[in-house]
Amino acid sequence: MNPETVIDAVSAVFMVVGALMSLGAAIGLLRFPDLMSRMHAATKPQVLGLFLLLAALGLQMRTWWVWPVLLVAWLFQLLTVPVSAHMVGRAGYRTKHLHPELLSSDELEAVVQKAAQKAAQKTANHGVDDDDAGR
Amino acid sequence: MNRKRISLRQELPLLVWLVFVWGALWQNFSPGNLLFGALIAVLVARIFYLPPVELGGRFNVLRAVPFALIFLGKVVAASFQVLYLAVVRGPNVVSAIVAVPLRSHSDLLVTATGHVISLIPGSLVVEVDRSTSTLYIHGINVRNAEDAAKLRKEVRDTEAGLIRIMGTKDELSALTQELAA
Repeated sequence: MNPETVIDAVSAVFMVVGALMSLGAAIGLLRFPDLMSRMHAATKPQVLGLFLLLAALGLQMRTWWVWPVLLVAWLFQLLTVPVSAHMVGRAGYRTKHLHPELLSSDELEAVVQKAAQKAAQKTANHGVDDDDAGR
Repeated sequence: MNRKRISLRQELPLLVWLVFVWGALWQNFSPGNLLFGALIAVLVARIFYLPPVELGGRFNVLRAVPFALIFLGKVVAASFQVLYLAVVRGPNVVSAIVAVPLRSHSDLLVTATGHVISLIPGSLVVEVDRSTSTLYIHGINVRNAEDAAKLRKEVRDTEAGLIRIMGTKDELSALTQELAA
């Protein structure tokens, strides 16, 4: 077997698995029940999927100077994906876009309740309602 | 404007990163191009001033490489797990929101831990309490207290790994004491 065939085979496997990851994300978006579990499907498998596709691209280009660009592209994906997932998840939790019956436990709810109570007390005591209630 | 001057040493990682991005985007790492990139990096860092990231003062490469490899392995394993859950379990998947108190109070480590744990499929940071440095994590397929404990342990282990790579000396000695106890 010559190296060309090996490289072709490896990049073929990478591309198919990478595409499979994107397919998994699509299936997850369709089948998961609520916003937060959908966020898992929408953001995470692409981290691996993009990595495999970029690696396959790098293998096929056969020039070293393409690797830094691919690395930068992947690193920016790594930096931005958790932030967007967190922002959507957080907004979803605050606007109650979730199914409590599908959570086996929710350790954030008690904290939120306590903070809301505290804020309510504060407004009752001072008669001001323009403070940052709910935070 | 009264901005705190940043020492060159503190700014160096940012400048090196900017020069690398410059070279990567031009796909040209010749000395002339890098020099011009460095000039632009310094200008950008001066004009678009951001508060400096407070680094721990140490970075252990020997710990970072295995950590990165384990991270990649976890991403692969968890991606297939989420794919399996999506196809098989679908609408009946049960999740949980788990509170994980972290050891470190440094912004950099809390952010890094949150990032790493968010990038591994199956966990997602919903809320961060900065005052107590507690992460509230939404974990998929967490059906009972046992699964929740497993998720909590994984997050704490991730943080421990990051402390070993780039935590301050105090955090590191606190960690070794905790593990020895």
